[in-house]
Amino acid sequence: MADDSAHPPPSSGVTRRALFKGAGAAAAAGAVFRSLDAVGEEDGPRTQGPGPGAVTLRVNGTERKVDVEPRETLLQTLRLPLELTGAKPVCDRGTCGACTVWIDGAPVYACSVLTVEAEGREVTTVEGLGTPAAPHPVQAAFVEHDALQCGFCTPGFVMSCAWAVKTHGKSLTAEQVRAACAGNLCRCGTYPHVIRAALAAARGAR
Amino acid sequence: MMRLPPFRYHAPRTAAEVATLLAGEGPEAMIVAGGTDLYPNMKRRHQMPKTLISLRHVDELRGVQMNGAVRLGANETLRALEWHGALKERLPALWTAVQSISTPLLRNMGTIGGNICLDTRCNYYNQNWEWRRAIDFCMKCEGTVCWTAPSSSICWAVNSSDSVPVFIALGATFTLVSHEGERTIPALAMFGEDGIEYLTKRKDEVLTHIDIPDQGTARSVYRKVRRRGAFDFPVAAVAARVALDGDRVADSTLVLNAVGPKPVVCEEAMAYLAGKPLSDEVVTEAARLAGRGAKPLDNTDHLSMWRKKVVQVETRRALEALRP
Repeated sequence: MADDSAHPPPSSGVTRRALFKGAGAAAAAGAVFRSLDAVGEEDGPRTQGPGPGAVTLRVNGTERKVDVEPRETLLQTLRLPLELTGAKPVCDRGTCGACTVWIDGAPVYACSVLTVEAEGREVTTVEGLGTPAAPHPVQAAFVEHDALQCGFCTPGFVMSCAWAVKTHGKSLTAEQVRAACAGNLCRCGTYPHVIRAALAAARGAR
Repeated sequence: MMRLPPFRYHAPRTAAEVATLLAGEGPEAMIVAGGTDLYPNMKRRHQMPKTLISLRHVDELRGVQMNGAVRLGANETLRALEWHGALKERLPALWTAVQSISTPLLRNMGTIGGNICLDTRCNYYNQNWEWRRAIDFCMKCEGTVCWTAPSSSICWAVNSSDSVPVFIALGATFTLVSHEGERTIPALAMFGEDGIEYLTKRKDEVLTHIDIPDQGTARSVYRKVRRRGAFDFPVAAVAARVALDGDRVADSTLVLNAVGPKPVVCEEAMAYLAGKPLSDEVVTEAARLAGRGAKPLDNTDHLSMWRKKVVQVETRRALEALRP
């Protein structure tokens, strides 16, 4: 944005990064970060920024280390350093659901979560749900039931539908699918196929 | 992607640490819980706090305690309240309000304290920075004029919280903690007269919990008007609580929201209802009196004149639902 030039320089970021890199051993990153940033007691408030600091994420079952400013959103971190581009930036303000990912198994807007706040929690993206070779039942059902047109909203819908299937199991109703997808918008209007696909996945039928 | 403005980030673990940090950081610091209201606003430069104090790890402000009364930790997620079976049974009006807030994705993130402190909303305010610059901003942020009412000396941004009118109707209190100590205030006293100073909570205070007294035999409902059923802020909302003595109203509270900067307690309608049965005639007259307190302006979705009319309809329906 236009005001990027007005951002103050990171107050301690350079030092922290240098130290982080100097520490070498990746396993030590968390400890370095904590000791640099802890205010007062070990159990006291943790402080970071405005410059970058090391954060350890757990994404799709794998530990990933990134160097981020506190203002960086999980969506930014997933898409740029981590190159997980399944979650899409569309409205970027918690309205459209194209960036839906799971945190600790529940769908959230990745555009409105700070990366630093995802630390210590389990992040699941659409890439972690299944692969083209071994798709999640919801992903397979989306293909089978033609539950997409342009496809831009699809990763978000898949995450919300998979949550609905996980939550309600075989008893999943169309009304529950609609409720679970209330935060996902599709401008192509593929909603009926999405509901059909989610119900099919819940029944375990393709 | 829109970048958030830079800030320093604190992650305290106790309410006392939050209060200490707030006192030390001064008024440029802001509290963040779920972030679902604040982060989108920060991206559009409505707020640019130098410091954020996150409640993410403040577990002592979570949880639901129920005996006769109910205590809610302000940092509890909306989802936890929505999925709390006993809470739904005990306080159905609050449950109705909570499950109507935004979307399941947002309710997985947002907290009840966040919904209470929700920033006021306006068609001239909830826009990106470039849009607002093109109208020379408004008095709520960077400008001087209220474009909703250009001769107004106050801001008319709308209190759009779903939970707030219910808390007021249920007689809830809010507890605020600062480094100087704690104070407990009636829910209504939390809200100021204008859309800018919409909270009486001081900047060095954190909302810690909500206490809802034993409702006895009183029953309550919440009715919300919005354009889309899937998700939308209310453009008019009514919370009603009625305690009956036989078939007559012993005590009632009627609260409107989303019709102005501050929730409206319908004193005239409440006085009228006292001692009367909830007949068609009484309910219609009470709704008419309640509607007089609503002065919506054209700064939300839907026409203000329609919102003013629909407030009466929804008040009538709310009271009808509370018949014995």
